[in-house]
Amino acid sequence: MGARGSHSAVPPDADSIRRETGFSQASLLRLYHRFQALDRDNKGYLSRMDLQQIGALAVNPLGDRIIESFFPDGNHQVDFAGFARVLAHFRPVDEEDPGMQDPKQPEPLNSRMNKLRFAFQLYDLDRDGKISRNEMLQVLRLMVGVQVTEEQLESIADRTVQEADIDGDGAVSFMEFTKSLEKMNIEQKMSIRILK
Amino acid sequence: MFLLLPFDSLIVNLLGISLTVLFTLLLVFIIVPAIFGVSFGIRKVYMKTLLKIFAWATLRMERGAKEKNHQLYKPYTNGIIAKDPTSLEEEIKEIRRSGSSKALDNTPEFELSDIFYFCRKGMETIMDDEVTKRFSAEELESWNLLSRTNYNFQYISLRLTVLWGLGVLIRYCFLLPLRIALAFTGISLLVVGTTLVGYLPNGRFKEFLSKHVHLMCYRICVRALTAIITYHDRKNRPRNGGICVANHTSPIDVIILASDGYYAMVGQVHGGLMGVIQRAMVKACPHVWFERSEVKDRHLVAKRLTEHVQDKSKLPILIFPEGTCINNTSVMMFKKGSFEIGATVYPVAIKYDPQFGDAFWNSSKYGMVTYLLRMMTSWAIVCSVWYLPPMTREKDEDAVQFANRVKSAIARQGGLVDLLWDGGLKREKVKDTFKEEQQKLYSKMIVGNHEDRSRS
Repeated sequence: MGARGSHSAVPPDADSIRRETGFSQASLLRLYHRFQALDRDNKGYLSRMDLQQIGALAVNPLGDRIIESFFPDGNHQVDFAGFARVLAHFRPVDEEDPGMQDPKQPEPLNSRMNKLRFAFQLYDLDRDGKISRNEMLQVLRLMVGVQVTEEQLESIADRTVQEADIDGDGAVSFMEFTKSLEKMNIEQKMSIRILK
Repeated sequence: MFLLLPFDSLIVNLLGISLTVLFTLLLVFIIVPAIFGVSFGIRKVYMKTLLKIFAWATLRMERGAKEKNHQLYKPYTNGIIAKDPTSLEEEIKEIRRSGSSKALDNTPEFELSDIFYFCRKGMETIMDDEVTKRFSAEELESWNLLSRTNYNFQYISLRLTVLWGLGVLIRYCFLLPLRIALAFTGISLLVVGTTLVGYLPNGRFKEFLSKHVHLMCYRICVRALTAIITYHDRKNRPRNGGICVANHTSPIDVIILASDGYYAMVGQVHGGLMGVIQRAMVKACPHVWFERSEVKDRHLVAKRLTEHVQDKSKLPILIFPEGTCINNTSVMMFKKGSFEIGATVYPVAIKYDPQFGDAFWNSSKYGMVTYLLRMMTSWAIVCSVWYLPPMTREKDEDAVQFANRVKSAIARQGGLVDLLWDGGLKREKVKDTFKEEQQKLYSKMIVGNHEDRSRS
C-alpha cells in the first residue's frame, strides 16, 4: 500500500537523549531526520563513509578530524544518540537552562568548558591531554595544505606553543589552552542555532 | 455454487457491457483528443478539486495537533540551521578580535582560536548541507493524502483516515488500471506505428506521418500519467539544427517535452522493452542511439552529435546535461560536452509541483518498475515547462562558462536553486582540488608573519 514514508515519527530513546543533550523535542526531530537522510542505506547508524559523502565537509581542511570526533574509543559506527551527543556541544547557551543553575547536575554538554574540550581534542590527536609541538604542526599542515613551507610552519608552531605554554613543558595542556582563550566569546563562536 | 448458475450469464453480460462502456469512454475522452492534441479540461477540474481536499486535510491535522498541544512537523526546504553568509577572512578576523586584547592590526598570524571557524563550519555541514538534500524527494508543507509523504501520523483523525482510504481505493482500483491500459495502448501504438512508417520511402510524407505518430503516442502516455502540463513561451520552441537542454528530474521529462515538439533523442541502447521501442523509433526518424562501449568515448559522442546538428534537415537533439536525476529543487553542474559542439542551445526549464505526486526518480532507492508504479498511483503529475530564448556561445566564453550561463537562466526561470556542485556527488566523493581553495585562503592569513619576525 504505497511505500511507507522514509521518516519514522520519533527517534528511539528520545527522552533520554533529550535529557542528556538538552535539545528541544522539535530540534531533536529535525536532527533525527537529518541522521536518516545521511544514513543512505538505512542501517540505523552512520559510518565514516556516510559523513565523508558530504561534499561541503570534504572540502573543509579539518573535515577528517571533525568526522573522527564522532567515533571516540575506536568505534566504527555512530548511532543517533552518539550523533546527537556530539552535536549537543554546539547547542547555543541558554540562560534559562536548568542544567546551568543546579550545581549538582552534571555539566551540560554545551557548557563553555565542554565546547573548549571539544576544540582541544581536535588538536590533541593522541588524547594525552596535551598538545605537543608535533600535534600543533600536524593541524597546521591540514589547514594550509601545500601552500606554506615546512620552515614557516615550524616557526609558527614553535611560537604558538611558546606563547601558550605557561609551565614550560613544551606542550599546551588543557588548562593552558583555556587560559589563552579566556577572553574569547566561545559561547557564540561555537554555537549553531537550529530553526524552530 | 449451484446458486450462482442462473446469475452466471448475467454477471458475464454485465462484465462485457461495462468493459465496452469503459473502452468507449477511454477512446472518446482520452485517445481521440490525444490524436488531435485537444483537451476537454477534465484534468484541470480534477486538479482544483484535489487542492481543496488537501487544504482541508491539512487543517484537520493542525487541529488534531493543537488539541494535543503539539506543533505539526513542518519540513524546511531552506535548511534547518541559521547561517551567516560571511567569508572565511571575515569570520576568522572576528574570532580573533573577540579573543584578543591586543590592538587590532592586519599582520598575518596564526591564533589557536582559528580552529573554531573550521570546526563550526564543518559541524554546520553535518547538520545541513546543500547537496545531500537534493537527492531525496522534496518534502511537502501540507499533506496530500498519500501515506508516502506523511510525517505526522499521530494526528490523523478518523475522518481523515476514511478519506485517505477512499483515496487509496480510487488510486489503486480505478486510476491505476486505467493508466496501465493507456500506457499499454500508447507504447504499442508507438512501436507498431513507427515500424509501419519505417517501410515508407524517405520523403515529406514519411516525415509528416512520423511526426504525428510520435506526437500522438507521447500524448497518450501523458494522459496515462495524468500529467497536467502548462507550456510557456511556445514561440521559443527548439528548431532544427539546435540542441534542447533541460534540467533532469525523472525519465518522464522526455515524455513531457516530446509530447509538445518533435525531437531526436540521444541515449544509450538498452535491452528489453526499451530496446524494442528504441529500434522501432529509429526506423521512422533518425534518433541517435549509442552502444554501451561508444558512450565512454567522448570524442565519438561529440562527433556524432556534431554531424547530426550540422545537417539542418535533422531534428533538434534533446539532452539533459546534469547527467543524473535531481529532486527538482535545484539545478546542478551541467556537463560541458553538449556545449562544446557549437550549435544553438534552446534551454528549457521544467518545474514539477510535488503536491500531486513527486516525479523525482531516486534511482538508489527505487528501480524503474517501482518508480513507474509510484507515478501511476499518485494523484497526477503537474508541471510547468518554460521555453527560454535560444543562446549561443560568445567569442570569449569557454564551454564551461557557457554551460553555467545556460544553467543560471534555467534555474532563474524555474525558481530553482543554482548550485555549482556536480550531480555525480550522488555516487562519488568530491575531488580534493576544492579543499585546496580553502587552504589557500587560510594560508594568506597566517603566512607573511614569519617573514616579519625573522627580520626583527
